[in-house]
Amino acid sequence: MQLFFEQFPIVVRSLNVGFLQTLKLFFVTLIGAIPLGLVIAFGSMSRVKPVSIFSRVLVWIIRGSPLMIQLLIIFYFPGIVLGKPIWGGGEAGRFAAASAAFILNYACYFSEIYRGGIQSVPVGQEEAGLVLGMTKGQIFFHVKLSQVIKRIVPPMSNEIITLVKDTSLARIIALQEIIWAGQAFMKSSMGISGAIWPLFFTGVYYLACNGLLTLLFGWVERKLSYYKV
Amino acid sequence: MSILEVQSLQKSFGATEVLKDISFTMEKGEVLSIIGSSGSGKTTLLRCLNFLERPDGGAILVNGETLFDADDPATQREREVRIKRLRFGLVFQSFNLFPQYTALKNVTLAVEMLAKERPDYRQNRRAIQQEIEEEARTLLDQVGLSNRVGNYPWQLSGGQQQRVAIARALALKPEILCFDEPTSALDPELTGEVLRVIRSLKSSDRTMIIVTHEIPFARDVSDQVIFMDGGVIVEQGSPDAVINHPTNERTIQFLSRLN
Repeated sequence: MQLFFEQFPIVVRSLNVGFLQTLKLFFVTLIGAIPLGLVIAFGSMSRVKPVSIFSRVLVWIIRGSPLMIQLLIIFYFPGIVLGKPIWGGGEAGRFAAASAAFILNYACYFSEIYRGGIQSVPVGQEEAGLVLGMTKGQIFFHVKLSQVIKRIVPPMSNEIITLVKDTSLARIIALQEIIWAGQAFMKSSMGISGAIWPLFFTGVYYLACNGLLTLLFGWVERKLSYYKV
Repeated sequence: MSILEVQSLQKSFGATEVLKDISFTMEKGEVLSIIGSSGSGKTTLLRCLNFLERPDGGAILVNGETLFDADDPATQREREVRIKRLRFGLVFQSFNLFPQYTALKNVTLAVEMLAKERPDYRQNRRAIQQEIEEEARTLLDQVGLSNRVGNYPWQLSGGQQQRVAIARALALKPEILCFDEPTSALDPELTGEVLRVIRSLKSSDRTMIIVTHEIPFARDVSDQVIFMDGGVIVEQGSPDAVINHPTNERTIQFLSRLN
């Protein structure tokens, strides 16, 4: 027990550093994937055949294959196969590659949620806007958007909570996120070796983070509950 | 000059001919009721007038101005459709209110959007905004909802929602106001309150087209009645002629089922 109390501050300091990287990847993914998902959603709904086919095939490939493999391909393919490493070296390069893979992957999942949300708005809403002389843009932003957001908050919260945990996959390209930091103590790190509890302890971080997110999404849902669709 | 002239309007969905050669005229201040069984093309006709469907043939003239002519591509430009739509108003069977806005905002929203296009909007924003809101309150008062302005659609009964929708359509001051089975989604009690409002709107400068299954109402309120069947106008004339003394066999058959 005494050993645990000696190890604890050292481990927490190290896990904090790892968790910072986890959070960075989480936020960068959200910032990139939320708008990119909208582009892909409009792509899949486009009346221009090549655009919609491209978008749907992209979504099929990305959703149909493991994120772990996508991470490996995006990180290694340019360097090993094309002979043109584009990600740069070190942790910054790994972070850039991981961000690209996560943004692309989550954008595809988000795009399907958006598409479902947009298509579930009754056609009568658009027609009411049209006969009132509104433009398609006005109808989207002033009539549909709020209804779409209201509908997609629950599935989006699901996906975003999954994203927090999925960031651990970036370990496959040695991104130094929290699981990586915890695992290091199993071998040897900062004078501690053969300790498995730090790895278990990382779960507390995920739980705390997702607890906060759950509260946030609950708040958003309540904010939008003043009307019914 | 007629306020509305519809010439040989035709519309098909795939192989189904929904409108076959529909022609009629209306004078300003008239109320025209269109009756007929479901699938006879009544709703499609209203949707064509409101440019929600593009007719395959024929022409639509408002006050002598050709808004649509199937033979003249110059009348079919996509970017002009929005302005042309404003000549008509449409009240839907399913109300189609915007759920996230109050009754008042439902009425003002589109008017505000249009006001923003006015060159003097920036300078007089406050005054314009206030004017729009006052007009909306007047309209809601007119449909008997002055105590409901702050309510959201889900807090209103079907009849109240439909009356908000009527106020919303009136706010844009359309030259011709169309009703697409405005009471078909309502129970008899709520139907009564909506029909009373529509009746109260009748005035010398308000032109209305009402697609309805409420035959006694059509008889009372209309200046002209059209009976449609299978995409054609079977019988047309005064309410007394068409409803009380129909001559066509199909009309007689349709009306007999209602009595």
